[in-house]
Amino acid sequence: MVRFETRTAVDFTVIGGGAAGSVIAKELSTAGFQVVVLEQGPYLHEDSFHHDELKFKDLYDPPFIGQETLTNVHALQPNTFRKDETQKAELVPMIIYGRCVGGGTVHFTANYWRLHEIDFVERTRWGPVPGAALADWPITYAELEPYYTKAEEDLGVSGQAGASPFDPPRSKPYPLPPLPIKSSGVLFERGARKLGWHPFPAPMAILSQPYHGRSKCQHCGYCEWFGCEWRAKSSALASVIPMAESTGRCEIRPNSYVHRISTDKRGLVTGVLYFDIQKREQFQRTKAVVLCANGAETPRLLLLSESEQFPQGLANSSGMVGRHLMVDLSSLALGTFEHPLNEYKSVQVSRVLHDFYDSDPKRGFFGGGGLDGRFDFYPMGFALNGLPPDAPRWGAGFKQALRENFSRTMMVLSHTTALPVPSNSISLDPAVKDAWGLPAIRVTYRCHPDDLKTLNFFRDRALELVEAAGAVKKWAPPVGDVTNAVHLLGTCRMGNDPRESVVDKYHRSHDVANLFIVDGSSFVSSGRNQPTCTIQALAYRAADNIARMARQGVIPASV
Amino acid sequence: MRFEFFSPEQAREIEAIAAQIIPSDDSPGAREAHAVHFIDRALVTFEHDKQPSYTRGLEYLRRKTRELFPEAQQFSALGSGDQVRLLHLIENTDFFEIVRIHTIMGFLSNPQYGGNSNQVGWKLIGFEESHVHEPPFGYYDAEYEKTSGAASTKGTKAW
Repeated sequence: MVRFETRTAVDFTVIGGGAAGSVIAKELSTAGFQVVVLEQGPYLHEDSFHHDELKFKDLYDPPFIGQETLTNVHALQPNTFRKDETQKAELVPMIIYGRCVGGGTVHFTANYWRLHEIDFVERTRWGPVPGAALADWPITYAELEPYYTKAEEDLGVSGQAGASPFDPPRSKPYPLPPLPIKSSGVLFERGARKLGWHPFPAPMAILSQPYHGRSKCQHCGYCEWFGCEWRAKSSALASVIPMAESTGRCEIRPNSYVHRISTDKRGLVTGVLYFDIQKREQFQRTKAVVLCANGAETPRLLLLSESEQFPQGLANSSGMVGRHLMVDLSSLALGTFEHPLNEYKSVQVSRVLHDFYDSDPKRGFFGGGGLDGRFDFYPMGFALNGLPPDAPRWGAGFKQALRENFSRTMMVLSHTTALPVPSNSISLDPAVKDAWGLPAIRVTYRCHPDDLKTLNFFRDRALELVEAAGAVKKWAPPVGDVTNAVHLLGTCRMGNDPRESVVDKYHRSHDVANLFIVDGSSFVSSGRNQPTCTIQALAYRAADNIARMARQGVIPASV
Repeated sequence: MRFEFFSPEQAREIEAIAAQIIPSDDSPGAREAHAVHFIDRALVTFEHDKQPSYTRGLEYLRRKTRELFPEAQQFSALGSGDQVRLLHLIENTDFFEIVRIHTIMGFLSNPQYGGNSNQVGWKLIGFEESHVHEPPFGYYDAEYEKTSGAASTKGTKAW
């Protein structure tokens, strides 16, 4: 692999080697540019992905594992949480994101939904929502469509185009046919059809057939929270990272903890300060930076990079850096069935429906989403959290419930809108520091009332579906405010107005001409809470434009 | 088998609690899974910060046992009915909860951690650990294949 010297300015430094950064690195290095990727986490390989629930899965609160993990470690990187700006933030582990080369795509469930046309123009179609800064995107679905197609083809996505009547237009079918249906998919289909809804094969970034020299899915069942030892999950690690490295122009530099983006007197980026694995400070000179550190670390790094010239933080003349945080919102119902489903086998999800994707004024509130049929449990997690609420917690009855239910349980999970509320945010905690002595992330989040109504609406639909599928027993946990923050979106939103947004429609910072920001933070609205596909499509589109601008010589460099 | 954290007497007490949380009947329970060995090893490795909970909890258990059954020296020496009665009295304590969680882990975690011996926990719940499974996976997808053939791949339009 190529190595670049830190004292010589490379063409691009990409901060964060996750869903977006790895795509940017692959595209820019393929286009002929030198790229250094600074990733705070380790560079893991398939031989370190074990079927070990104790090692990789957080089982209960507070998270217990923290041995060798694919996600951020709260002991090293604490965060604080408060519901609104009047409260004092307390130490509560909220933020979860992928922390390794490949980022969250290494451990994700691999649901790979495109946004629909409505997601980009919802403010115009729906109108204002009190208490939220709902806005249209500066781009349309049609502008992004070629890049969705590119992402699906580069990574390898299985699905069936046209199977959902609600699908947005596509220029090409999925590169791979759908994965085999599971028992949860059959029951989901049965229930949904009975209710007049339209289930369809789940689009998954998991290979149903061999693709680009990678193995097809072997149905081991360890997708969610685990790395795929077969390279059948289309993580960035298995797909675009090797492509980037094979150009000979891309260096992946793991264990590099970036804490400042430096600028010169003209306000242009000069380089990136980071701690290496020995916590020695390094400075990578660069002509331009593409910041892809996720919806929490990206705004944090911009705020950490404040200077005399940028007293509110870098790229933050609008004051919008860190605002409009939107997180994963979902509600669910569970059911047990007469015969074994053995849902622990194969990928988590095989059927989805989008009948309630669009907001509907008849419901009386803003919000929409999708439903999928799945089983989110491994054995220990199931015994701790998967039994019906009336099952005994110990003793002979507990044992009997484990014996009967593990193979016969499934859930219907919703994925719903989170409104962009200006006060929901990522900021720097004034007191708490991380293991590097840097201010910790402070999360401020309270669900918008419409988001809670949406969650309840979908909980009711999920219960209906489980019932219609013929469950012998069904139950649904109550909807509440968020207790963790994943799928971190919206904190450096894109827009045409520099007073209202952080980046323009090409992901260039309004304030700093050689700083680009591409990740979940770019989202203007949440979509229906399956963001990875769109994060990566945005990255393909951004890379295309960044390469074009670099060739045209319109990205000024400090050197 | 040797213990690294528990004394033999403490291990007997914890094992007796674990054996009430997941009892042995016509199939193996926490005792046969060697849950107590899992807990012992966890307490000197990744759960070492929970050692005081066990030391204090075992002391509390001893007091409770003497209080309720003045004749008895140890919880593990009580009859099963008396053990269950006592555990119901303490089932909302932090100590019982941590033993419950650890027992479940010792029953269902990867056997390399010292519990789930001979995969007895996985066998009970019907979990088969493998890097490869083949469809059909369960009753309903097997039935679906038989009755609807290739229906799952039939599209409504080309794409």
